[in-house]
Amino acid sequence: MKKQAFLALTFALAFTLTAAAQPKVGDVLIKNGAVLTVTHGTLENTDILVRDGKIARIGQGLRAPDGVEVVDATGMYVMPGIIDAHSHIALSAVNEATNPVTAEVTMEDVTNPYHIGIYRALAGGVTTSHTMHGSANVIGGQNETIKHRWGFTNPDDLRFEGAPRTIKFALGENPTRVHGKRGASGGKAKVPATRMGVEAVLREAFADGQRYMEAWDRYEAEKKRNSRAVPPPYDLRLETIADILRGDVLVHCHSYRADEILMLMRVLKDFGVDKVTFQHANEAFKVAPELAAFGAYASVFSDWWSYKFEVYYSTAYNAAILTRNGVVTSVNSDSGELDRHLYHEAAKSQRYGGLTDDEALALITINPALQLGIADRVGSIEVGKDADLAVFDGHPLSVYAVPQMTFVDGVRYFDRQRDPDDVRLFVDPEASLDDGAMISNDEHLHELEAVGDWLFHLK
Amino acid sequence: MNLLLTLAFALLLMQPQSQDGDVPKGYQGTFAITNARIETVTNGVIENGTLVIRGDRIEAVGADVTIPPGAEVIDAAGMTVYPGLIDSGTQLGLAEIGAVHETNDFREVGDLNPELEALSAVNPNSVLIPVTRVSGVTTVVTEPSGGLFPGVAALINLVGYTPEQMHAGGVRMMTLEFPASGRRGFFDRRSDEDLKKAAEKALKKLNDVWDRAVLYARIDSAYHAAPDPDHKPEYIPEMHALLPVVRGEMPLMIKVQREKDIRAALDWVQERGLTNVVFSGVAEGWRVADKIAEAGIPCLVGPVLSTPTRAYDRYDKAYANAGLMRQAGVTVALRSGESENVRNLPFNAGFAAAYGMGREEALRAVTIAPAEIFGIADDYGSLEPGKKANLFIADGDPFETATHIRQVFIDGFKIPMTNRQIELYREFLHRDEGRLTPVKVVPPSN
Repeated sequence: MKKQAFLALTFALAFTLTAAAQPKVGDVLIKNGAVLTVTHGTLENTDILVRDGKIARIGQGLRAPDGVEVVDATGMYVMPGIIDAHSHIALSAVNEATNPVTAEVTMEDVTNPYHIGIYRALAGGVTTSHTMHGSANVIGGQNETIKHRWGFTNPDDLRFEGAPRTIKFALGENPTRVHGKRGASGGKAKVPATRMGVEAVLREAFADGQRYMEAWDRYEAEKKRNSRAVPPPYDLRLETIADILRGDVLVHCHSYRADEILMLMRVLKDFGVDKVTFQHANEAFKVAPELAAFGAYASVFSDWWSYKFEVYYSTAYNAAILTRNGVVTSVNSDSGELDRHLYHEAAKSQRYGGLTDDEALALITINPALQLGIADRVGSIEVGKDADLAVFDGHPLSVYAVPQMTFVDGVRYFDRQRDPDDVRLFVDPEASLDDGAMISNDEHLHELEAVGDWLFHLK
Repeated sequence: MNLLLTLAFALLLMQPQSQDGDVPKGYQGTFAITNARIETVTNGVIENGTLVIRGDRIEAVGADVTIPPGAEVIDAAGMTVYPGLIDSGTQLGLAEIGAVHETNDFREVGDLNPELEALSAVNPNSVLIPVTRVSGVTTVVTEPSGGLFPGVAALINLVGYTPEQMHAGGVRMMTLEFPASGRRGFFDRRSDEDLKKAAEKALKKLNDVWDRAVLYARIDSAYHAAPDPDHKPEYIPEMHALLPVVRGEMPLMIKVQREKDIRAALDWVQERGLTNVVFSGVAEGWRVADKIAEAGIPCLVGPVLSTPTRAYDRYDKAYANAGLMRQAGVTVALRSGESENVRNLPFNAGFAAAYGMGREEALRAVTIAPAEIFGIADDYGSLEPGKKANLFIADGDPFETATHIRQVFIDGFKIPMTNRQIELYREFLHRDEGRLTPVKVVPPSN
């Protein structure tokens, strides 16, 4: 009987949350807040008018057009929606750890709109996440950039329309451990087992991709003259690598040590690829001038270190050193815990290196937007940009600030005053209520950092 | 010549702050911190006061304190002095590099290891320690984990060359991982039935062990009442280690997270008539806060910066947990559960403060509250004359990230405010300064 009642409740809940027609873009007037534009300083007592999901006007004494809701933000701070450049929320699978090169797989196919992590991120002011493939492979899968449109259950509704394609690369301990040191599933070891091997895998993959691209270019040219021209065999893996070489897919590379960061820049230069973001990059500070010269970006942790050998010689001053050396730097989470307080993670750059408020805020707004190729749409509060906004009751760089509201495309997806206890979109009627999938609090899961270990723990 | 040398040597001795080469070392002495705002925690705030340290102790605190002659004076105008922060649950000193198992000493083979001493395996030269203490965290519980009885946790000060020098207040606590009824994580695919069986089995094992320990204690007492060398009882290290716990002389630190398990632990403690007990972790303490308060069991709560334990819980429950428990009347201290990032304890406290606990209570939960729980409040946890000189000077609220911690004292040692992370910063901020032919850095064309 209890179970039946619970089932009924479940369906009722599912109905209210998913069947209700939900607008995808909204109109709102946010009045009288301290507006942290990030790119144009702080505007006190300023209003933001949102029409059709876009920032229409920024100014004082703005009036709400008919039917547009007014939010009083007096005494509050409004900042651009936070962008997490490295996340694994909203995914039902992460690591195709079967081969050193798996460019053909994509997180697009495993986006899970029901994942509670989306709402938790919203409750931390995060509006966009770069959901990434894992770090088992030198060339891993393609990533996805999503907006946190909680409540939409079609994965396509979460996609950041028009965001460039990106792909995960990985250097160092993870790919060498998964493939070379132990073999993917306890099987035979294969290259790479060393950082030398990682470079070799990269160069071979790029060379293959280049030949593939040339073969298709020749075919396309010949087709114009010869209607009976035979196309080369289609290969999704090489097609994707060719797209990297064409500049159509941005490289986001898991990396830690300075030497491997330099190595990838050399390889990319040799193959004419000029856009790269180094993810984690705990030793990026050691080669900051080289990164700045290449125009490479860095997306780092605020303070994670010592969870494995290649991050033992790290410093929490990484973001500050990189910023001071002219490297476009973001602070990411790589964690469904940390992404809920990225504003606090960015704020640590003030203790560790004394960044200004705008520099610290840029680490989680405009800079990750640049790294994901979406800076024309999000990352700052400017007229014409998407109305992805986070409202705090204090300055977001203060530890005491509590996020109050989060808007995506002008639609309010989180409101602390209206936050219910249970927000799940999918409820397993068979799952027990007083228990369940609780992860021990003592296990600080550096999620994908320990991916090899997780695989082997699963046996 | 000899006289000159002697004089030079004497001069060196008179300047303990002089450094051996470029290696900075902490030192004790007489210090006067003047013009400071002093948050004593137990006796309010002194807006413009002086704090005197002599040896390992605070000699005086007040608005009207005379600076002793010869004291090293630290002008703290515009700054605030706080008692050193205490983290009530870490693996500091036992863990160095997470994935490099050879560097980790917190988990022994087997389930029953009460005879193990965390203190013996603390590495005083861990790189993690200087990284931690510049944050104002001066004292931590370092604990073994895993199995049922993983060993004895110890309270350590983050200064010293031997574990004995580091041991704070002689505090040792027997660790008990209370049998958990739930899944260990998403990777745990055991059926509900299997989980239940495993939990029952673990609880039975705990009861068996405890019964044996009680019996062992009775035999031991009987033997000592009338020693008979011919009938000396068998020595069992595990049981021997539990003797002081069974007798209530050593605190039992029960690590427990879920509501169901907390209830079971409360029942177990009551059935066994135990009084010297603390809970640790207590992630779902807010669900049973009234019961815990009623039982009068202090809780070492955290990490605060963690996710809710259940998907259907309100998103902020982990932040709010400590505050909700405090409001229900539970004695609460905070723990980070960290090793390399124990430096985030003040931020854990900040989040607890923001989500309902309030700043004052949060500050107590990392200072005087743990000192009281561990029975060392006469020596630790606040700024009072006679207490240990564990304190720090900050240019603001230490829970705020923009605040810089200017000087830390532990056990009276003026701690060098550096560590490997700061050294790397200094070396690499302007890496190529001093290079005669700078590396040519040409921005890309795009």
